[in-house]
Amino acid sequence: MTATTYLPAGLPVPAAAGDGLDTEYWEATKRHELVVQRCKACQGFQWGPEWICYQCHSFDLGWHRVSGRGVIYSWERIWHPVHPALREACPYMVVLVELPDAGNVRMVGNLLGDPMDDVVIGSPVEAVFEDQPDDGVTLVQWRRA
Amino acid sequence: MSENTISRKVAISGIAETAYYKRGAADRSEFQLTLEAIIAAADDAGIDVRDIDGFCSYSNDRNDPPRIASALGSKDLSLSNMFWGGGGGGGSGAVANACAALVAGYCKYVVVYRGLAQGQFGRFGQGSQAKFVSGGPAFTQPYGLMSPAQTFAMRVRRFMHDHHIGHEPLRAISMASYYHAQFNPRAVMHGRPLSEEDYDNSRWIVEPFRLFDCCMENDGAAAVIVTTAERARDLKQKPAYVLAASQGSDYRQAAGAHNAPDYGTSNFKTVAARLYGQAGITPRDVDICQSYENFTGGVMMSLVEHGFCAPDEVEDFMTLENFKVGSGKLPLNTSGGNLAECYMHGLELITEAVRQLRGTSTAQVSDARISMVCSGPMVQPVSSLILCKE
Repeated sequence: MTATTYLPAGLPVPAAAGDGLDTEYWEATKRHELVVQRCKACQGFQWGPEWICYQCHSFDLGWHRVSGRGVIYSWERIWHPVHPALREACPYMVVLVELPDAGNVRMVGNLLGDPMDDVVIGSPVEAVFEDQPDDGVTLVQWRRA
Repeated sequence: MSENTISRKVAISGIAETAYYKRGAADRSEFQLTLEAIIAAADDAGIDVRDIDGFCSYSNDRNDPPRIASALGSKDLSLSNMFWGGGGGGGSGAVANACAALVAGYCKYVVVYRGLAQGQFGRFGQGSQAKFVSGGPAFTQPYGLMSPAQTFAMRVRRFMHDHHIGHEPLRAISMASYYHAQFNPRAVMHGRPLSEEDYDNSRWIVEPFRLFDCCMENDGAAAVIVTTAERARDLKQKPAYVLAASQGSDYRQAAGAHNAPDYGTSNFKTVAARLYGQAGITPRDVDICQSYENFTGGVMMSLVEHGFCAPDEVEDFMTLENFKVGSGKLPLNTSGGNLAECYMHGLELITEAVRQLRGTSTAQVSDARISMVCSGPMVQPVSSLILCKE
């Protein structure tokens, strides 16, 4: 667990959707586990969460714990704050990470470390669970592996 | 050409816009601006505004047809139509819907309109300030990925990586809009030329986008009158015939949390194929193109996916010289577009496409016969339009 968070407090806090679609994901992150949806019928992975498997149309979707090892698929260094909480936080780095052990689904997160360091598409990263001190939720972040 | 298309059966007969303002500078309401644009477009076409019986818009325009028809005392409201999807992806699609309704005989005169006063209702460029977020945005907003620029920079970065493209094409696209805006007194950036140095020295918004890669935020309204080719011939203006109009989205492009299988794309691959198929022309036949600039990187991918060059030809093809009226192989965004005329959500691109065919553009392409519009890259769905002379 990290003592501080990558971005300051004050950004919108994630809450499980009212229809229950992603409740298990947010519960798992609190346990420091990374899960994605996996179809119980065809074993296909999918992300973001949806009520139906896009491959076989089964509604019987489960959750699969993944290793947390990923590869950078794309990235962006953000310089202009679009939220008051970010005024002192720029620049910061957002990455799109592909998960090879989960059908190459992709997840968005921050890349921990100096935001001015070069980022190389294709380079390995691993998940870091960042508890949000005041909100009772945990974000999945990424660091160079 | 198949009978089963709208090709050449429909035309744009009237165009208008209000004065264009910087965000927050309009001195009257968004609804009034919308009514002014519709009344002026009807006047341009030479019809009584009360005879408009169809209304098409996009991007959840706040100014709904029942209210407009009541405010105007419209004689009949036969079509009240919204193109689903955010951003400017519905600009050409709203015209496409108007075409379908006209060919089906649902209505006689359709107005396609967009009223947008960001100064009165909130800015697209700002992130949500809600305390909590759930659903799809819960997987992006807590990481500070909140604005359209941030959403689309990620796709553009991947495209540039895949095809080894540097920043010069983005600069050329930005400078083309600013160059053409200098001829256009309607343009918000008229009198504000942009040099290479200005561009290169401008601040980053989100890499790979600098300030001048990003559209403006404005107040105003625009409208176009669409009717059957038969009726159009009897009206005041030379008709701009619709040669083709298509809309749609490629395979799973709206998959959540940036999981579209084909990621570095403007989302025009299937739409462009249908467009050319309907028109019966090739990219070489297009005289002039208005391509929606939410961000320059989206224009780059749109032009590739509409067949103007291959991805590995982008750096050679996408130069300021090639985009200029007069010297260019593909005159681009000749009114200044979203970057430098006005961010009227891309409807100003359609009015400009019509002006080019009428011969009344402030940056006129000589003998323009085929005029294209690409609406809303990287959103879902997107749409495109080809207009032609008689």
